[in-house]
This record gives sequence, structure tokens and C-alpha cells, in this order.
Amino acid sequence: MMASLSDTDAAALAQGMATAPWTQRFLDGLPAPAGELETVQWRGREALARQTLPSRRDEDWRFTDLVPLLAVFDGTAPTAGSSGGTDSPAAASALPPPAPDTVRLLLDGRNDPLAGQTLPAGLSLLGEGEWPLALGHTLAATGCQAHWPVELNQATASRCLALRVSGAVASTLELVSVAGADVSGAAEAEPGATQIGQRLTPVRVLLLLEEKASLNVLQVQLGNGPCLSSLVCEARLGRGSTLRHGLLAFGAGEACFLGHLAVEQELESRLESVWASRGWALSRFEPRVSQAEGGAHTSLKALQLAEEHQLVDTHSRVVFEGPDGQLEQLHKAIADGHGRSVFNGAVKVPRLAQRTNAAQLSRNLLLSNQARIDTKPELEIVADDVRCAHGATVTRLQQNELFYLQSRGISAAVAAGLLKRGFCQEVLRDLPAAAAGWEPLKRLLAEA
Amino acid sequence: MICPDADLLLEIVDLHARVEDQPILKGVNLTVRAGEIHAVMGRNGSGKSTLSKVLAGHPAYTVTGGSVRYRGADLLDLEPEQRSRIGLFLGFQYPVEIPGVSNLEFLRVSTNARRSELGKEELDTFAFEDVVRERLEVVKMDPAFLERSVNEGFSGGEKKRNEILQMALLEPAVAILDETDSGLDIDALRIVAAGVNQLSTPENATLLITHYQRLLDVIIPDYVHVMAAGRILRTGGKELAFELEERGYDWVDAELASESRSVAEVAG
Repeated sequence: MMASLSDTDAAALAQGMATAPWTQRFLDGLPAPAGELETVQWRGREALARQTLPSRRDEDWRFTDLVPLLAVFDGTAPTAGSSGGTDSPAAASALPPPAPDTVRLLLDGRNDPLAGQTLPAGLSLLGEGEWPLALGHTLAATGCQAHWPVELNQATASRCLALRVSGAVASTLELVSVAGADVSGAAEAEPGATQIGQRLTPVRVLLLLEEKASLNVLQVQLGNGPCLSSLVCEARLGRGSTLRHGLLAFGAGEACFLGHLAVEQELESRLESVWASRGWALSRFEPRVSQAEGGAHTSLKALQLAEEHQLVDTHSRVVFEGPDGQLEQLHKAIADGHGRSVFNGAVKVPRLAQRTNAAQLSRNLLLSNQARIDTKPELEIVADDVRCAHGATVTRLQQNELFYLQSRGISAAVAAGLLKRGFCQEVLRDLPAAAAGWEPLKRLLAEA
Repeated sequence: MICPDADLLLEIVDLHARVEDQPILKGVNLTVRAGEIHAVMGRNGSGKSTLSKVLAGHPAYTVTGGSVRYRGADLLDLEPEQRSRIGLFLGFQYPVEIPGVSNLEFLRVSTNARRSELGKEELDTFAFEDVVRERLEVVKMDPAFLERSVNEGFSGGEKKRNEILQMALLEPAVAILDETDSGLDIDALRIVAAGVNQLSTPENATLLITHYQRLLDVIIPDYVHVMAAGRILRTGGKELAFELEERGYDWVDAELASESRSVAEVAG
């Protein structure tokens, strides 16, 4: 499934040369910058040309090899449509009808997601005088504006969904992106689209929550076959506002996922983010939260599965820039087959962040001898009057739990499935209700 | 209820078993017929709980000798799940908590595995809810416990009620209840015991493993067996339990000692 790099690319990677041949070929293959994000694209492309590709010599990427992703654009992976098959999560026919009280927008980074759609009350598009000022602000505030995956998104996305949220929005906003083979009709290749354009679906979202506003949003990122699903989502939570954010990221075959979620929280705001990820040849997700003045509540829950030869990497970072902040973080991972799961959870509590109450737990289930789990809590605590708890466990299925189920007539295989599902449920049950209709999630629950 | 002609359910002959390298069972003999209630008593470490786990097929225990026949068939050949499906039930001393697995669903999957073995139709979610609500009465359990994860955060008494609820749903032919009375206050003990009595019929049998006479005040055994050093040392009627309550277990030590002396004399 994985293609190998050409010798020249490998040499370029090894030497950390600027504008590696891969980058040059990638940039050359892109259509000319256009659309409302034209200037952002220019800047992103310049940045990519300047940057070296992340490599395993970088501390932040030391477990994560980009090879499967680079192969997607190297012509070494099969062409779109040749893989995936019937269990593809991304088949257009698999899009379920939207759940009740849910407004669905299809995002492909190119077409207008609002064509034929009405935004629910409380949501409005940011004006042309507003979004260019706001875009990138939260990326900078959370220190990821120059990250390679972010620049890759900026270099290629020609559209951004930029929304203002006022008051309590009753409907759930569902943002769907389908990358790769058998993309739904809405995203049919435009005339003149290059092969790189077809293999890359960049999604850019900006949410500004006004004081006391609240919004439920579910992001669904699907990918199938040789493609890259790229997500950059920025959210600014005004005082006393609440964002309930769910992310379903499901890939198949050679599909890769790069995601950044950057959130700035003002006082008394609440972020509840739940994400589930499965099926990507390579996935790198970086949720980054800054409590700008402390005094806010952040809840992060995640489930990631690394199976076959997949590599799933989450690097999260929460920074308290003031006192009285709260964090609850639960990161769960299952590694099976030859899969590898990586979690790095940074929590920064500087001196001014007194009375911070933070808890981070990483729980991992290792189901095969060939699978691998790397988990690293990274707490940097300078303030002295704080409560910061963290823990990490890596276990196999518990023999006493298996035996208990078996002693009730449940076969070993079904018992193992029940235990695996139980492990997943602790996270999945907190996804927004609209997530329940999505086939890959149903399949995960049915087989586990 | 002793009836010499009743069906032979369980026949344990010279059973030996070890955990890791430690021999625990050293020649257990026990015959159980339909309709009977047996109590197995003995000190900690005498092998009572090991016997129950070996019968249920716990993978940590290795049988090194002897045989166990259930309704005439070799029980030790079967996987734990198969033993449950054909009607053997183990009520755990320490029921296991399983986070994330709904108690209701667990009970349904388990009940359907047994029903399928009996050639009965499997129950869907709705039909099962009716059955389980009726069975909750047996142990006076709050239906709220169905919605929770299996045993998670249950008190000791609630866990034991949940065990008896499973027994009520699975309708086993042989129920082995391992220290079901431990950790129960007197009210919970009465409820659990009443449940066991209610489920006891001329067609099934119960094996009670217990330390204390108090359980046997409410569930009257037909036989009492005293285990020591991995064997059944003595078998009697319910009066044997009273004797143990009165005299303690010291006489067991004396009996074991004299036995080993006589063995030594014979050998010498």
C-alpha cells in the first residue's frame, strides 16, 4: 500500500534541503492561486517553498513518517477511483440524510458550500471587511500559523467558511468534506483542475462566537484511496460562549488526513471537543487551545484507531494564559495489526495561571504484538497553586473481563468485541447526536 | 430435596488442578443430582473458589487429573462460554466491572446465547426488556441498573443482585454461587437468598460456596461438604454446618493431621 520515495526525495529529506523536489513538484502541479483566498494561497506556497518537509529528525515528528502522504501526490499511488471498494466510507451514496435539526454544508475548499443552503438563525457569514482580518489570528495565538500542514492547507484552499455565531444556535451545523475516489457530484472536477487538485481536499473554517453564543458543530472528514483530507479550523470563543465540536475523521486505503483545530477561549467560555479517527494510512491531528485569560473550561475527548499499517498521530496543546482555567482531557487509542498510535499531550501552566485545574488521561489498548503505542503527556507547570493530574496506561484486553463475559455464554471473539466497543464508547457517546447516522461510525460500533 | 433417582447433573471424580505451579485441588469427588442444594464450606485457601473456577473453565487454572461430567458429557473439554450455554452458571465472588458495556445489552447477548443453545428463539431488544423487567422482581433490583455499564460503580450488594439476575435469566441446570453472601448486609442477604430459593426447582441444582452458616439459615442445603487441603474431607447433612459454626475448623486440622499420620504408618 505504501509507496517508497524516490532516491532524490529521500536524499533531500535526509539533508533537510529547502524546496525539496517533492515540494517543487507539488507546487508546480497546483492550479494558479485564485478565489477569495488568493493572497493566502500565494503566501502559503511561498512558505512551503521555504520550509523543509517535516522529518523524523524533528522532535514533533519523530514517530511520524510523511512517506504515505508524499506518495499520494507522487504518481506512485494508484489513480483515484481504483481503490477503496465497497467499504469505502467516502462513497457519495454513503452520505446519510442529515439528522433532524441539522444543517449540512459540503466543503471542498473550492465550491460555494452555501449554494442552495440557508444558514440557521444565529449564524451569519463574515463580511469581506471582517474575515481577512480574523483569518489566521487564532493560528498565530496558538502558535501553529507556520506549521507545515497549515501552510499546505493555506497554499491550496481557495475558500474559507467564515461564520459569526450570535446567541444560541438551535440547529447543529454539520460540515462535511469528502476527499478522494467517488467524490459526491457537488465536487466534480472543475475544468482545468489538476491531478493534485483532485487528490487534495483542503477545508478551511473560521468561527467567531460572540459573547454568550453557543453552537454545536459536527465536522465529518472522509477520505478514500490516494488523497489528502486537509483541515484547518479556527474558532474564537467570546466571553461566556460555548462551542460543542465533534469531528469524525474516517479514511480508507491510502487516504491521509492532516488536521489543525485552533481555539482561543475568553473568560467563562466552554469548549467541548470530541473526535474519532479511523482508517487513515497517515493521520496527524493537532488540536491547540489557548485560554487567553484563563478562567475558561476546555474538554477534549478523543478516540483514534491505528490498524493494518496505519499511523495515527495526535499532538494536542493547551495553554493557560491566566488563572482559574480548567481542562479535562481524555485521549484513547487502539492499536491493532501493524498499526501505530502516537499521542503527545502538551499542557502549559505558566506562573500567571494560578488555580488551574487540569486533568489529562491517555488510555491505550494494544491488540496485537506488531502494533505500537507511543504516548507522552507533556505537562509544563510553573504556577505553584494548581491541580494538574495526568496518567497514561497501555493495556491489553483484561483476562478477567473476558472470562466474565465468556462465563455468560458469550464467545471469546464476541466478548473481545464488546470490550473493545466499551473502550470506544466512553468517547463516542459524547459525539454530537448528528454523528450517529454516519456509516463508518455505525460500522465501528457494529464490528467492535 | 434429595431424590436418589433424580438425573445426575454433575459428577466430579478425583479432580486435581493447579494455578501456575501451585497444586490447589488434590482429588475432589462430588456428585450432584437434580433438585439438590449442596453447600461447600471450608477455610480460606481450602480450594473452594478454585473448584468453582475450574468448573467454569477459568483459563488461569490447569486441570492435572480426574474428570468432571456434566449430564454425562465431559465438561472439561468445553470452552467457558459453551459451559454456560449448556446450563452451568458461576455466580462470581467478585463480579467484574466492565466500563462502556451496557448491562442491558450484556444480559441480552448472554441470555440469547443460552436460548439459542436450548433451541429457543432469540429475543430482540424490545422482547428482552419485557423478560428482564419481570426477572428484576426476583432480586428486587432497580431497573436503573440496566442502563448502566456492567457492574460499574455498583455496590457490593448490587453486584450480587446482578449476578442472581443473570442466573434468573439464564435458568441454569447447575448454579455455583461463590461466596454470594460475602459483602452483603442482612437485608440484601435475605433478598438474594429468596431469589436463589425461588429459582431452585426439582430440575436444577445449586452449589453454594460459603464460609458462614448465616447463608444456610435462609437457603437450606441437602448436603454440606467440608473442604480442606484441596479435597472434600467430610460430607454430611445441614447439621454439619451447625457443627462447624459451633466448633470452628480446628477439628479439620486435627483430622487432617491424624490422616497424614495414618498414611505415614501405612507407608512405614
